[in-house]
Amino acid sequence: MKPAAFEFVRPASLTEAARVLGQGNGGARPVAGCQSLGPMLNLRLATPRVLVDLTGIPELAQVTDNGDSVTIGACVTTAYIEDARLPGRGLEALARIARNIAYRAVRNRGTIGGSLCHADPAADWVSTLCVFGAQCIVFSERGRRRIAADQFVLGAYENALQPGEILEAIEIPRLSARGRWGYYKVCRKAGEFASALGAVIDDEASGRLRAVIGATHGRPIVVADARTLLRQDATLDENAVLALLDRHNVSDPAARHQQVAALSRAYQQAKQA
Amino acid sequence: MNNATKFGVGAAVLRKEDDRFLRGKGQYVGDFRLPGMREVAFVRSPVAHARLKAVNVPEQFRRAVFTAADLTGVNPIVSAPPLKGFKRSAEPLLATGKIRYVGEIVAMCIADTRAEAEDIAAAVTLDLEELPAVTDMLAALEPGSPLVHEEWGDNIFIDFSENRAFDEDKVKSAPIKVSKTIRTARHCMFPMEGRGVIAYNDSRMRLLTLVTSTQFPHSVQTGLADCLGIEHGRIRIISPDVGGGFGYKGLLCREEVLLAWLTRRVDCPVRWLEDCREHLAANANCREHHYRIDGYADTDGRLIAIDCVGHVDSGAYSSYPISSAVEAAQIPNLLPGPYIFSHYRCRSAAVATNKCPIIPYRGVARTHICLAIEAVMDAIAKEAGLEPYEVRLRNMVQPEQMPYENIVGKHFDSGDHPECLRRAVDAINLRQIRERQSKPEPDGRLIGVGLSFFVEQGAHGTSVLAAWGRPIVPGYEQANVKLTADGEVEVHVGTHSHGQGHETSFAQVAHEILTVDFDKIKVYQGDTLTTPYSTATWGSRSMVHGGGAVATASRLLAKRAMQIGAWLLQADPDSVHIAEGKVVAGASSVSLRDVARAWYLQPQNLPANVDSGGLEVTAGYRAARDSGTFTYATHAAVVAVDPQTGIVEILDFVVVEDGGTLVNPMIVDGQIHGGTAQGIGTCLYEEMPFDAQGQPLASTMIDYLLPGATEIPDIRVLHMETPSPYTEFGIKGLGEGGAVGPPAAIVSAVNDALRPLGVEVHDLPLTPASILAAIDKGRTQARTAAS
Repeated sequence: MKPAAFEFVRPASLTEAARVLGQGNGGARPVAGCQSLGPMLNLRLATPRVLVDLTGIPELAQVTDNGDSVTIGACVTTAYIEDARLPGRGLEALARIARNIAYRAVRNRGTIGGSLCHADPAADWVSTLCVFGAQCIVFSERGRRRIAADQFVLGAYENALQPGEILEAIEIPRLSARGRWGYYKVCRKAGEFASALGAVIDDEASGRLRAVIGATHGRPIVVADARTLLRQDATLDENAVLALLDRHNVSDPAARHQQVAALSRAYQQAKQA
Repeated sequence: MNNATKFGVGAAVLRKEDDRFLRGKGQYVGDFRLPGMREVAFVRSPVAHARLKAVNVPEQFRRAVFTAADLTGVNPIVSAPPLKGFKRSAEPLLATGKIRYVGEIVAMCIADTRAEAEDIAAAVTLDLEELPAVTDMLAALEPGSPLVHEEWGDNIFIDFSENRAFDEDKVKSAPIKVSKTIRTARHCMFPMEGRGVIAYNDSRMRLLTLVTSTQFPHSVQTGLADCLGIEHGRIRIISPDVGGGFGYKGLLCREEVLLAWLTRRVDCPVRWLEDCREHLAANANCREHHYRIDGYADTDGRLIAIDCVGHVDSGAYSSYPISSAVEAAQIPNLLPGPYIFSHYRCRSAAVATNKCPIIPYRGVARTHICLAIEAVMDAIAKEAGLEPYEVRLRNMVQPEQMPYENIVGKHFDSGDHPECLRRAVDAINLRQIRERQSKPEPDGRLIGVGLSFFVEQGAHGTSVLAAWGRPIVPGYEQANVKLTADGEVEVHVGTHSHGQGHETSFAQVAHEILTVDFDKIKVYQGDTLTTPYSTATWGSRSMVHGGGAVATASRLLAKRAMQIGAWLLQADPDSVHIAEGKVVAGASSVSLRDVARAWYLQPQNLPANVDSGGLEVTAGYRAARDSGTFTYATHAAVVAVDPQTGIVEILDFVVVEDGGTLVNPMIVDGQIHGGTAQGIGTCLYEEMPFDAQGQPLASTMIDYLLPGATEIPDIRVLHMETPSPYTEFGIKGLGEGGAVGPPAAIVSAVNDALRPLGVEVHDLPLTPASILAAIDKGRTQARTAAS
């Protein structure tokens, strides 16, 4: 379990990183915390010719307060978020969710941007950023573009980055003071990837009632208007959830039970919070 | 026994070895660095069953790659016990002709670094003609199944049967008849430290030397001598600190033989360290059983008969020296467990499949045997309308019946089984749990309580093990104990601690007798050059046999020291004794240090008739009865089952165990905690799934779940201490029991929780998917019944 030989570069600027990645012709891979790519290198499932370490680029570690949103650099670690170092209010959910991602040792190194780019369907950040309606800021030598998180993740382990593009930051809108959230994942053991995941935000002020079903075999199932899943009495309609799972080909009986339970519990939390 | 001393037998002394372990100063195979040492990586088979047509080595790596064709003068590993009908398999060191499991070693690559060795391994390609694989032990018995070893004509290593007054006509009239079918998954043993081997030639001593992570250095020495065709005396095995064994390091590994051969060939030190992927992909080697078991009982729950067919998926080869026969042999032998009944039939078979060879994991077959018999006891309780513990109580051996021989002649040495069960029922608070179950839980989960009771035969003696037909029959354990010129004590033992704390517990035994300062007693192990020949540490034997040997040798040494001490004190040798590190005669005394100095440095002052054997004794030990000790225990669990997600949480876990006299109760607690954690893993998490082609599917720890600290509840351990009448100090072997009881207790508790839904689960591991499937099935049945 030793990686195949590769060249290692640690550029100091986004421009330089984008150039090296662009020159790599697909043989160069960016890496930050190395918590997903590292094992794949060791198993030789990934054999890049050049490994481009992004952690030497100062702006990727920045956090900017925009008032009703916060922009988090792609290389900000999960531990940073867990330790409630994001400024202001309305993103407390992120610290709480971070606390249950893998183990502290992983969180110390693993980054929010790396997790999103890796696009493991069971990853917490993938579902969380989708339910919050976060925007991804993507850098390339040609300029910057913005992609909604649920459009950034294209499928299992598949993201929307083009060659030469780097995820620079993620802009997350805050919940309003009366905004509520719920998050429930089913894990067989602490720190493992979830086998089912439900996330809900209910924020009247911004008109958001969004739900996400994550940890499926593909991209998260995002319900932009979660009222479509509610009965008239505003309780979650399990049959509507099952129909949604049908539409997304979630057919494994255990997964269906767990997804319904996870989303119901997330919704309950949001209601009770 | 002297409970008054702070460091003797019975004292919860802090472990001597933990000072280095906790400071990261342990010395494992991976910590050794030898000048000029090169690294080895293996090419392993990617398929389970195939004819190996060719191994293609790129020209530039020809000198760095070794295949079966290079291995001249090396014998394959053969472990064929002389049991009637046992079919022999020869495990080639590097595959040739036919490949029989995924991960089988095909070629050996050597380079300056492991990464480069892996580069070379990746460049080697194999021409394979794939064959249909045998992956299911029951399907393997069907006519027309592919054969793992064609020359056998079937896929059965050996079968066993036991019949004690079983008469179908008689038992079928029993008012209660219950039947269970149970299948358990293969899993990995996963010690913290994997296997690892360094081989080099010690040119000064002319010793082929292996530094290897093994539980039994001398057995590796013997096996290696057989494979390489050289004498024992030319081989030295050093086993340094070992980070967990559990049976995983209780065999002669192909890798050990290969590296020993390689260092002779390339004339430099060579090293191989197993990595996690090799462990998962090539070594899921334990616990795969299948049972069909029927129990017959009276209306009051009294057991009349047991009828069982058991199968063990033994994999492709027979491991050395334990053999592929052991687990299947244990089924008829141990299934009756602690219970009294008069009609018994049991058949079992060790089945060959295209998987890696099975080896006995902590508890060996007992874990699943306990699961099977306890499922029957629970089912009888349900039919009889009794609490499960009540049914067990009605079928147990009473203390006044001890010693007791059960239906297959197992000799229970001592103890009070009913009391052990009652204490567990009290400790788990059964009545309170039953009350709690009468009301729904606020979170919708279902609460269940379950228990298991078992006897654990440990420390088997020579005659028992000879009957198993092992190629190496364990004999009588020896220890070497000596007083140094400084008056310190050195103990050399052939057993080998792989986490059990022998450096502490054996020192406690020596201290008990010699009374030398505990800090001045050192225990040495793990080196064939300096320790007595031993089959070492497995089967819960070391404290009984090794501890007994240390006691015997210490007593003889004490006698010699007293002789010298008496001379120095000018006292009658019969009037002196040893206390607090001194030879004492009335009011006067002389320290053992002075005794040692007199012997080693000023012998001219001693009388001519002094025992010239001196202050060093090697002596052996044989238990008064060698049929093994019988520890017993009750495990009790309270669980919460989430019927919507299938997740099981263990809310409480109690172990009441009688391990006889406990040399170090703290170490015993640690053994029970660790074993129980592994039992919880077996029950709820650990599984190596295989596809129909024999491909192991959990290739990383993302897919292979081990319980972690958060999944293990506070395990409450309560002790009973009934000394064995047959062993030194009354010690019983207890290293494995922790891993035996949990699956049966947890399965029982989960089924108790599921009882309102009318469903049960029995196959291991219990997964959320299997629990949800059972619940779905119950709902469908309820709907069908209603319509």
